[in-house]
Amino acid sequence: MTEPAVEIGWVQLALASALVLVAIALSAWQRLGLGKSLVIGAIRALIQLTLIGYVLVWLFNTNRWYFVLGVLLLMTLTATLAATARQPGGAQAQPRLRPICFASILVGSSLTLAYVGAVVVDVTPWYNPRYLIPLFGMIVGNAMNGAALAAERLQSEMEAGRAQIEAYLALGATPQQASAEPARRATVAAMIPTINALAVVGVVSLPGMMTGQILAGSAPTLAVRYQLVVVFMLTAATALTAAGIVLWYRRTFFTAAAQLLPRVPV
Amino acid sequence: MNDMQPLTSIVVSPEQQTDASPDEFALENVTQERGGRRVLAGVTIALPKGGFSALIGPSGAGKTSLLRLLNRLDDPASGVVRFLGRPIVDFPVRALRRRVGFVFQTPAMFPGTVAENLSVVPTLGGEARAAHASVHIAEVLRLVELGADFGDRIAADLSGGEKQRVALARALMTGPEVLLLDEPTAALDPEVAAHLMHTLRRLRESTGLTIVMVTHRLSEARSTSTYAVMLEAGRVVEAGPSARLFSAPIEARTREFIAAGEAGKNHD
Repeated sequence: MTEPAVEIGWVQLALASALVLVAIALSAWQRLGLGKSLVIGAIRALIQLTLIGYVLVWLFNTNRWYFVLGVLLLMTLTATLAATARQPGGAQAQPRLRPICFASILVGSSLTLAYVGAVVVDVTPWYNPRYLIPLFGMIVGNAMNGAALAAERLQSEMEAGRAQIEAYLALGATPQQASAEPARRATVAAMIPTINALAVVGVVSLPGMMTGQILAGSAPTLAVRYQLVVVFMLTAATALTAAGIVLWYRRTFFTAAAQLLPRVPV
Repeated sequence: MNDMQPLTSIVVSPEQQTDASPDEFALENVTQERGGRRVLAGVTIALPKGGFSALIGPSGAGKTSLLRLLNRLDDPASGVVRFLGRPIVDFPVRALRRRVGFVFQTPAMFPGTVAENLSVVPTLGGEARAAHASVHIAEVLRLVELGADFGDRIAADLSGGEKQRVALARALMTGPEVLLLDEPTAALDPEVAAHLMHTLRRLRESTGLTIVMVTHRLSEARSTSTYAVMLEAGRVVEAGPSARLFSAPIEARTREFIAAGEAGKNHD
């Protein structure tokens, strides 16, 4: 059960990168115009992951709580920028969405990590980067997707539902009451990928972390239990983050006098 | 509901009205902008209490922009809007909107049945779904001349005219003193529109509501309103009792607009 993992050297890595060429060839053949993005994306992934490898080594060796928290904040910030980059409404919508997105991802992810780290896994010391960084990475990745989906859907539902929202406001409804339906739909939209993932985990998909643990020589039963902790934790993080987005972002569509603001020119 | 004012009290020019009987609404040098464009440019006007005021004028005159100020769906860029003599911003906005109902050009139905569209209204004001709500629903359905059996119909499946009556009924659920109507018949065919106008006249007679209506149908404004305001390019061209404004307009522009409307009446 403890056969060592196969070593991947630079040669193996170069061979693996040929797989990206398949996608690039497909893009050229179908004229998808994705070639440049794929090349840039692959190079970015290579650089980012290589660098993060060294950062992790350094972080594990120094083992300081403030460095760990600093990295967690940086991860949250990066996730925020990614989640808001392709939102409708573009540059006008982003200044008001970014702080909300950052706060939602931070709160949703930290609460989840705190619970897992303190109660479930019992990480010692509490800032042990070997646990916190990978766990937080998975959490923030999912929270980011939840935030992006919730924000995008809320924006489009608020736009499509303007007539109904104003009809509610005209009857003396609060902005919360008037936007209850867009908020509900945005939350559902953000949760659907997580719910789908819960349904097929282990049947259709073998999650990356579990695969990694098994490849690295862990017992599959242990890997499965870890993975269950992870999927439950991702569910909580997505739900909390989506709730935060929907709660805070929808306020920005209204004035203090319960008026629906004019639509953002796209 | 016997506080209805006799028609003669309405046939008074705004200048003659005293503080003792304040106008329903008064606008003082109001400007408004939408999307960086000026849509109201210094509007000063008074709308009589208990009246049926019609806002007329060509498209883009600022009629809807003006109407939206009267229950604070929008606030003006500058100037003062008064409700019953007090600045409108002094009223808590949600309470104000329950006193000043709004019916939109395109009725937006809420999910569910007609009865659900109506019974949700009290809950928006923080009240529990009242036990007497069903009585109230029957009453407002009667006022908008929809049969009591309409309560069980799915709102989204109704015809345009029926939806507009549901929207009207919904606005009446708060027990308003004023109804603002934004081209309520614009999306309806002439016969259905005429029937709705008939209902509105009856409604005003039986409840004493003040009504302010934006319309592009001049015949509607002429036959239904007691007071009329002619707007063009964000300015008031002329305002006065409908009987006078439609038969003997003072401003040449009003005369032109009414004449053009009469000429095009057959196509309406």
